[in-house]
This record gives sequence, C-alpha cells and structure tokens, in this order.
Amino acid sequence: MTDVIVIGAGVIGCAVARELARFSLRVVVLEKARDVAEGATKSNSAIVHAGHDAPPDTHKARFNVMGNALFEALCRELDVPFRRNTSLVAAFSPADLHALEELKARGDKSGVPGLHIAKRSEVRALEPAIGREVCAALVAPTGAICCPYELTFRLAENAAANGVAFHFSCGVRTVAREDGGWRVETKEGRSFKARAVVNAAGLYADVLNNQVSAEKLTITPRRGEYLMIDKAYAGSFRATVFQVPTPMGKGILVTPTVDGTLMVGPTAENIADKTDTRTTAEGLAKIRQAASRLWNGFPVNGVIATFAGLRAHGDRGDFVIGEPPDAPGFFNAAAMDSPGLTAAPAVGAYLAEQIAGKLGAEKRSDFVAAPTHWPVFRSMSMEGRVAALALDPAHGHIVCRCENVSEAEIRASIRCRIGARTLDGVKRRTRAGMGRCQGGFCTTRILAILCEELGLAPEEVTKFGGGSHVLFSCGKELPLP
Amino acid sequence: MTDIDIVIIGGGPAGLAAAVAAREAGCDRLLLFERDEVLGGILPQCIHTGFGLHVFQEELTGPEYAQRFIDRVHALEIPVQCGTTVLDVTRDRVVTAVSPMCGLRQFRAKAIVLAMGCRERTRGALMIPGWRPAGVYTAGLAQRWVNREGWMPGRRVVILGSGDIGLIMARRMMFEGAKVLACVELMPYSSGLTRNVVQCLDDYDIPLMLSHTVTDIHGRERVEGVTVAQVDAQRMPVPGTEQRFDCDTLLLSVGLIPENELSKAAGVELAEATAGPVVDESLQTSVSGIFACGNVLHVHDLVDEVTRESAQAGRAAAAFARSAAGLPPPALRVRDGAGVRGVVPQAICAERVAEDVSLMFRPTAVFKDATAAVKIDRVEVARQRFRILTPGEMVKLTLPKGLFARFKGACELTVEVTE
Amino acid sequence: MSAQTITCIGCPMGCRLRVLIAGGQVASVDGAGCGRGAVYARQECVCPTRMVTSLVRVQGRHAPLSVKTARPVPKEKIFACLQSIRAARVTPPVRIGDVIVADVCGTGVDVVATMACTEGDS
Ligand SMILES: Cc1cc2nc3c(=O)[nH]c(=O)nc-3n(C[C@H](O)[C@H](O)[C@H](O)COP(=O)(O)OP(=O)(O)OC[C@H]3O[C@@H](n4cnc5c(N)ncnc54)[C@H](O)[C@@H]3O)c2cc1C
Ligand SMILES: Cc1cc2nc3c(=O)[nH]c(=O)nc-3n(C[C@H](O)[C@H](O)[C@H](O)COP(=O)(O)OP(=O)(O)OC[C@H]3O[C@@H](n4cnc5c(N)ncnc54)[C@H](O)[C@@H]3O)c2cc1C
Ligand code: SF4
Repeated sequence: MTDVIVIGAGVIGCAVARELARFSLRVVVLEKARDVAEGATKSNSAIVHAGHDAPPDTHKARFNVMGNALFEALCRELDVPFRRNTSLVAAFSPADLHALEELKARGDKSGVPGLHIAKRSEVRALEPAIGREVCAALVAPTGAICCPYELTFRLAENAAANGVAFHFSCGVRTVAREDGGWRVETKEGRSFKARAVVNAAGLYADVLNNQVSAEKLTITPRRGEYLMIDKAYAGSFRATVFQVPTPMGKGILVTPTVDGTLMVGPTAENIADKTDTRTTAEGLAKIRQAASRLWNGFPVNGVIATFAGLRAHGDRGDFVIGEPPDAPGFFNAAAMDSPGLTAAPAVGAYLAEQIAGKLGAEKRSDFVAAPTHWPVFRSMSMEGRVAALALDPAHGHIVCRCENVSEAEIRASIRCRIGARTLDGVKRRTRAGMGRCQGGFCTTRILAILCEELGLAPEEVTKFGGGSHVLFSCGKELPLP
Repeated sequence: MTDIDIVIIGGGPAGLAAAVAAREAGCDRLLLFERDEVLGGILPQCIHTGFGLHVFQEELTGPEYAQRFIDRVHALEIPVQCGTTVLDVTRDRVVTAVSPMCGLRQFRAKAIVLAMGCRERTRGALMIPGWRPAGVYTAGLAQRWVNREGWMPGRRVVILGSGDIGLIMARRMMFEGAKVLACVELMPYSSGLTRNVVQCLDDYDIPLMLSHTVTDIHGRERVEGVTVAQVDAQRMPVPGTEQRFDCDTLLLSVGLIPENELSKAAGVELAEATAGPVVDESLQTSVSGIFACGNVLHVHDLVDEVTRESAQAGRAAAAFARSAAGLPPPALRVRDGAGVRGVVPQAICAERVAEDVSLMFRPTAVFKDATAAVKIDRVEVARQRFRILTPGEMVKLTLPKGLFARFKGACELTVEVTE
Repeated sequence: MSAQTITCIGCPMGCRLRVLIAGGQVASVDGAGCGRGAVYARQECVCPTRMVTSLVRVQGRHAPLSVKTARPVPKEKIFACLQSIRAARVTPPVRIGDVIVADVCGTGVDVVATMACTEGDS
C-alpha cells in the first residue's frame, strides 16, 4: 500500500509527483509508455504563455498566470533552459486590432503584467523579420519559452532522487474504490493500492475519471502539426509571434526554441483517434501558408523536421482540476490542453497541497530541491570543458556532431535514475540526434552505447519502446534469390 | 596554443590527398584531424568497386582506395589524430580540437585545409507526411550499418531518391537477402550515375520509378508501408496515382549537403549553388589561408576528382604556409551561364594562376548533344561537345594555365551549356 | 543486322554504346570514351560479367570484412557466388588481397579481401 499513485508521467504527472515528494508520502508514478514525456509533453509549442487568452476566473487563466510566475525559478532550480523572450500577438487588419484590445483587457483582468499594444513601427523594430502585413501587436513581456521534455525529465529525476518510484510500461486499465482507498490495475497485470490517486493521464484522463465519477468527461484529441527550422535561422525571431486566436485555439505561430531552432505551427484539427500523431500534406501546407504571412522570407529549405502533437481538449472548455464531488481521494489533472505546460508548476503545487492536507502528511525536512546533473559539454566555457575532460575523458568523444554531445553525456543520460532506454530517450535528454542531420551520423554510436550500458543486443534497441525496433540481426539467414 | 604550418580537418579522401600533397610540396609541420576512429571518411563503407580508375588505372573498392592513401600518409610520416573532433576554427586560423586521449587543444595554423565532407538530407527536409516510426533511414546510415557493423536496417525496402548511395544500397540490401521493391525518384531522370542505375537496379529488375514520390508513411512503431504517387511537371503528386508498397524500411537518398558548420564559424563565405565555400583557382576560400576541397566544397560523384582537387588544395596550402604574403584578390569572377549550376572555382586570379584550372559544374537539366563553352569577357576560350550531360554527373573543363596570361585584367568568365 | 544501345559500366563515365550485331557477332561499337568500351560491349552482348562485392563473417567479432571477386564473374553466377561468400568465415589476421574463397563456384575467379583486419579488432 502506497500513499499516492500518479497516473501518467507527462509534465503534469511529474510536476505533481515532484511536489508530493516534499511531503512524507510514499508516491508511485505509473506510466504506460517506456519513458517520461511521451505524450503531449514531447510535442507542443514549448511556450510559457503570459496568460491573456483564457477568460478571467477560469482554471486556465488562474493556473496560467500562477504557473508563468513560478516557471523561471523552477527552471533555474532544475537547471532547465528557459528564456523570457516576450510574446507578440500580431494584428493583420483593423478587425484584428479590435481583438487585441479585447485580449489586453482580459489579460489585465487576469493579472498578466506589462501588456501593451505596439504600433507597426515598434513591432518592426522589435522583430524585423515579421510579416509585412502586420499592423500592430499585443506585447506580453512575461511570455517565455522553455524545453518541456527536459523540464519533465528533470522533474522526474528530482522526484526519484527524493524517493518517488517510477514504473514504466504500466498502462492503467482500471481504478476502483477499495477499503476507503483505490485499487489500480494495469494492462500488464500489475496491481497497486493507494490512499489517493492523481489522474494525469493526458488524452485518457476521461476514461479514468469516468470509471470513478458520475460527472462524465469527454476528451477529444486535437491535433497540431509543426515544422522545425534549422539553427542557421536562429536570429530570425527573438519573440514568439502569435496570430489573433480563434475558437480552435491560438492559431499558427512562429517561435524560437531554447535550442536555437525555430518552430512554426501548430494546426488545430479535431480527430477521432487518440493515437493518430501523423502529419498530413494538408496540415504541412497550411503551416507553410501561415508561415509566409508571419515570417517575411520564410525559409522553406530550412525545414529539418516535421511532427505533430495531440491536445487533450475537454468538453468543459476548461482544465478539470481536483476531486470530483463523488470520488474523494481521486484528483484530476485532466483536459490539460494549452496552456497546460505553463500551468504545470502551479497545478503540481496546488494538487500536492490538497493531497497532503487530505492525507495529513507533513512537509519533509530532507527534501533536496536541486538535482545533480551531468555536465553539458556544448554549454561549457573553455575552462569548464578542460575541467570536465580532466574528470572524464569521454567528454572528448563527440558523438553527436550537430549538437556537440559527448559520449560522457550519453552514458550519463542512461545511467541516471530515470535513465534513457531508447534512442528517443537519449535524444530528449541530451539533444543527440536532434540537430540538422537528425541522427544520420550519431545513431549507430548511440545505439552501441545503449547496448553496452544496458546489456542489450542491437536488435533489441528501440526508437521509443514497443515494436519500434531499429535493426534486424545480420541478414545471413535471409534467403538469396 | 601550439603553432603549426597546416591543419587539415577531415581524414577522408580529400584530407588524405591534401596531406600527402602538402608534405610532398615540402611542408613538414602539418597535422590531420579525423573524428572517426579510422581514416578514409566515407570510403570504408563503400565496399563496391568503381574507385580509382583515373588515379590508379584500376577499379578498386572504397576500402582499397582509402588504404592506398593511408599507406602513403604513414610512409610520409604525416601525423594524424583519429578520434579527434575539431570544434572550432576562427578567422585568424586558430583550430580547437578535442579527443578523449589528448583533451582540448588549440593550434594556430599558417594554413588550414577544410575537408569535412558532407551529410545526407533527411526526411524532415522533404516534409513527407505520415507517421514517424522506426525504419526511415538515410541510405548512408544504412550503408554503415550493413557494411561496417554487420546489421540489417530492414528486410523489405523502398528507396526514395536515386542518388548513388541509394542505388548502391539497393543492390547491397539485395545481396544480403532483403527484398527491394522500388527506387522512387521525384525528377524525370536519375540523380545518380548511369552505371549505378544499370548495375544496381536494371541487373536485378528493381523498378526505377521516375517522376514519382513517397506521399505517406504507414506504421506507428516500425514502418509498415509507404504510399507512392506520380508527380506532375510542378512535382506535385497527381491524385489517383497512389499505390501502396508494404515494406519495413524506407531508405532516403535525396541529396548530400556539404558540412560547413566549421567554415561558417570561421567566417568563410558560402556559395548558394554548391552550399560550399566560395573559392578561387587555388581553392582558397574568402578567408585568406583557409582552403577547401572534396565534398565540403561541392558534392562530387567520383573520388578520383576529389583526390585531384584536394592535392591541389594541399599544394596551395603549403605554398601559402611558406610565404603568407598578401596575394592580390582574384579579379576574374566566374559566373554560371545558361544551363549551368555551381561552377567551382567561383573566382580566378589571372595574374597568379599556378596550375591548369579545372572548372567543375553540373548542368541544370539533361542535355543531349550538348556543347559547353567558356568565355572570358565574351571571348570564347574553350568549347567541348558532349553526347549527353545530366545533373547526376559532374562536368569538368580544364583550361591550360598559359591561357590566363592573355586575360590579365579580365572581369568575367562564363560557362554555359547549349544543346 | 541489328542495333542495340547499352550503357558501359566499365567506369563511372557511363558511356552509351551503340552496338551493331551481325550474325550473332558484334560488328561494331560506337560511342565508347575509351578502348574498354568496345571490349565491354563485346562481352556484355555475348557473355555478361560483373564484379561482385560483399561481406564475409569474421571469427571472434560481429563486424564483417569486405571482399570482392578478383575479376568479373558471369552475371548468372552472382547469387551462387554470394552464397559461397556467405558460407565462408575468416580468421584474423587478414590482409588486403588475401584469398577468401578460391575459384568461387568454378568460375576460376578468387574472392579476395578488400580490407585488412588484425587480431583484436572489433
Ligand atoms: C500542439 C500542442 C501545442 C501546445 N502548446 C503549448 C504551449 O505552447 N504552452 C503550454 O503551456 N501548453 C501547450 N500545450 C499543452 C501542453 O503540451 C499540455 O498541456 C501538457 O503537455 C499536458 O501534460 P500532461 O502531463 O497532462 O499530458 P501528457 O504529456 O500527454 O502525459 C500524459 C501521460 O499519461 C500517460 N498515460 C495515459 N494513459 C495512461 C494510463 N492508462 N496508464 C498509465 N499512463 C497513461 C501517457 O502515456 C502520457 O505519458 C500544447 C499542446 C499541444 C498538443
Ligand atoms: C555511398 C557512396 C558511394 C560512392 N561511390 C563512388 C564510386 O563508385 N566511385 C567514385 O569514384 N566515387 C564514389 N563516391 C564519392 C566519393 O567517395 C566521395 O566523393 C568522397 O569520399 C568525398 O571525400 P571527402 O574526403 O570530401 O569526404 P568524406 O569521405 O566524407 O570525409 C570527410 C571526413 O571528415 C571528417 N570530419 C568531418 N568533420 C570533422 C571535424 N569537425 N573534425 C574532425 N573530422 C571531421 C569525417 O569524419 C570524415 O571522415 C561515393 C560516395 C558515397 C557516399
Ligand atoms: S567506354 Fe571507357 S570511358 Fe566510357 S564508360 Fe566505358 S570504360 Fe568508361
């Protein structure tokens, strides 16, 4: 019997788990994928929103503004890249201009600091590459960007360092009341018992909620596709540039990432299948069209990758947070579409307080907030590199040439508590394979290191778990024609 | 910081030939860095034959061709450091390198030869919609797995792009027992060498689907199939022509991109047409004392040409290291005329031409019974007839060095192709 | 008299050869960039041959070793040759040019190593 089971190891589940670790509670995280951050958390715009979009007095508005205020300190504490790069909502017409005023009024009411509307000349001075038709913009100085999967991984790593147990490949099938607590069973046939449950299951949070509560919830996957642009264009935008939002969301935007690349997207399309993260010809065409409006001289030849993520869009129009009245001890963090990433630190702290209060748990005195992290070769000074090399010569072996990731980092990313088990796991922890060659050069080396560290045969290594095997054994047994 | 005459970055055929030539030209303080554990660049994985016909009058495999130069490098006692990555090059020719053995070191070089080769274009650059499962690889990665490491990236394969690596890998995968269903090419002609189309596809009845492309990738975890459709003159898929191939692997052979991150760091100007440095006839880049050769300069088809070009760069670097006297900037601009793309070199200094000048370029389309002509300030100075020119095969026109004495003070050299 | 156009694979030039055949014999070859073209055309139209390159297993390590037929072999024997290369296994050390399979499939051609390997290479 544990105290709390957190279902789902996305940014929300990991933020809640890490906040729970501050209390004297036994916490278990169950995740159906092979790694953390395999859901919406790995494919989104990575924007820490200022908070002017949602109507005031909604969960979205409140947790957004609170989350934004907590984000920078959290990233500093966990040593996660974060940049307060400002965001702009661009107006292309007088009608848009009117919408900007409405957004500003909303933002002011929700407590978003420093909003102002900038004229064409000011906008152009801020962002010289912005589309020629842009006539004004709402400027939000608290708008920021971060690295969502790195944040999630560090949250999980720090939670684990403080005693939280993570179980991967554990897909929860049923949650049911038992002896005043909860019985949780997984598809793999494992069974857990806890006094409280946190439902952070992303797109599937409706299924779990509907097992325990009469207040039904429906989550619709809303797909968003993206284009990723090469670092060579890093200087093109400093701020994130949005269009005026529509009922389907914030629309296609262009944003720098903390890694120096740029992203254009996302589209917004409701679909039926909760696993359908395909990109489509229509979607990619739409992005290119919007991009050329937002970005004067949009470089089609700079595209290095395309991807898509699914927003967990709830039918109540707002985040669903806390206990349903008929299921005490079952805490939802459901329907977390945008700005769910931004809200994560606030949602984590809020739910942990609630749960600790309910279970009568005290704050621990031995919680360690600052994680130990391996040295990152690419961001070290000359002196730092010399020192790191003296400690571990494997820093001198550059495995990923596009991102300058060393062998020492790759090994560390596998050896840590929430260690990488797949190629994508290594990639998201170290950036190896994320650069312009997209792993063309380093995949064979990373695969070899995974095999060495984990005692795997190469044909057992996967891209992201399940049947995503990378290689077959040598072909000598295949018959020749 | 160590002072040195020449640093050569990259130990492929380009770097090796440059090193040998520089040594033979009398340079004794030179150093070659290679980040792989072995020398040879891409060649150790190119186990097929077709290398060395011009240089050795023999048809060698990639590993054999590389070994001849490696032996030469050792015989000349040229210091090479494998397992060493060059991290940075500056305008004033400071090279920063790192390796597990020697740590982080800096060298101030009198001359630098860039020979970093190229990388492959990836799926992302093509924006192929669909799933993103395991099993989509560049052909060069697959080649390394099969030929150097002994692993099979797939068993039922479709190849997108008819670049040489893709064609070679079609046959290689067949030879290992895989089934190769088709080679799909967007353009109406193959982008690889004709001999490779004949030897690698035709011989084994692998269909070459020209004017076709992959429009969808199926399979959530591992590739389960691809959709292939015909394209129109604008290279847009034609609705209704889709057909599905069930395969577990999609190999991409859709182009090579010169690896110029270090060049950019050093402030070297790059040419749009070649994606490599702008060079003069001595293969010097826009930064004085920095030379470039091989695939980092422009993507070659034939290693023999890489060797010839790189030896020239090695000699020029040695000459520069001996007397770093300020040379006059090259005044004769080389321009791509009609039907021509990416002439290298991009500039010539008529006053100091030291060797015959090879103009290398690709035609913009397929030309039959074509004539390539070179004009200096509108005066025709060379003309050559070809039965066929295709973008898949690089063209070389050599101008005798004596010619340039007549054109001191000239401004523009143009190369053009007409049918 | 019949005409045939084939592509010379003698070198990467890939010359298009126009071959005139009279009475089952090659009468003339046009379009060759060098002397090898005519030789190739005569061969290709009578008894086509190919160089075969592949990999052989090495005792004590996973990475294979590259090999080639020392001379071209008849085209129809390619897969038979590959089969016997598959069956072979070499023990280091191996030098470039070492015979790996002698007289492969009775062609009179040896399969030789195109890469060296020493003991302890992995
Ligand atoms: C296209 C797009 C753009 C976005 N842009 C932004 C943005 O710029 N800024 C912002 O603030 N927010 C943004 N968001 C929203 C943000 O990404 C999400 O709110 C956030 O990632 C949600 O995190 P999560 O942990 O709730 O969900 P997820 O990351 O989806 O995690 C849920 C986890 O639960 C697991 N799981 C599901 N079912 C089970 C089960 N039965 N048993 C065990 N485990 C289970 C899943 O495998 C998954 O790992 C965007 C979202 C999308 C899709
Ligand atoms: C699959 C394939 C088939 C081919 N077939 C033929 C053929 O049949 N006949 C023929 O004549 N030619 C052929 N070629 C062409 C020929 O092999 C290439 O043109 C030639 O290898 C290019 O040589 P290079 O030295 O410029 O580049 P590479 O061989 O790529 O060498 C570049 C080297 O630089 C190193 N390097 C790069 N960056 C750094 C750094 N920062 N620090 C240290 N080292 C670095 C790399 O590790 C690499 O070893 C083929 C090429 C390929 C890819
Ligand atoms: S005819 Fe000569 S030059 Fe032409 S392809 Fe054959 S061997 Fe090469």
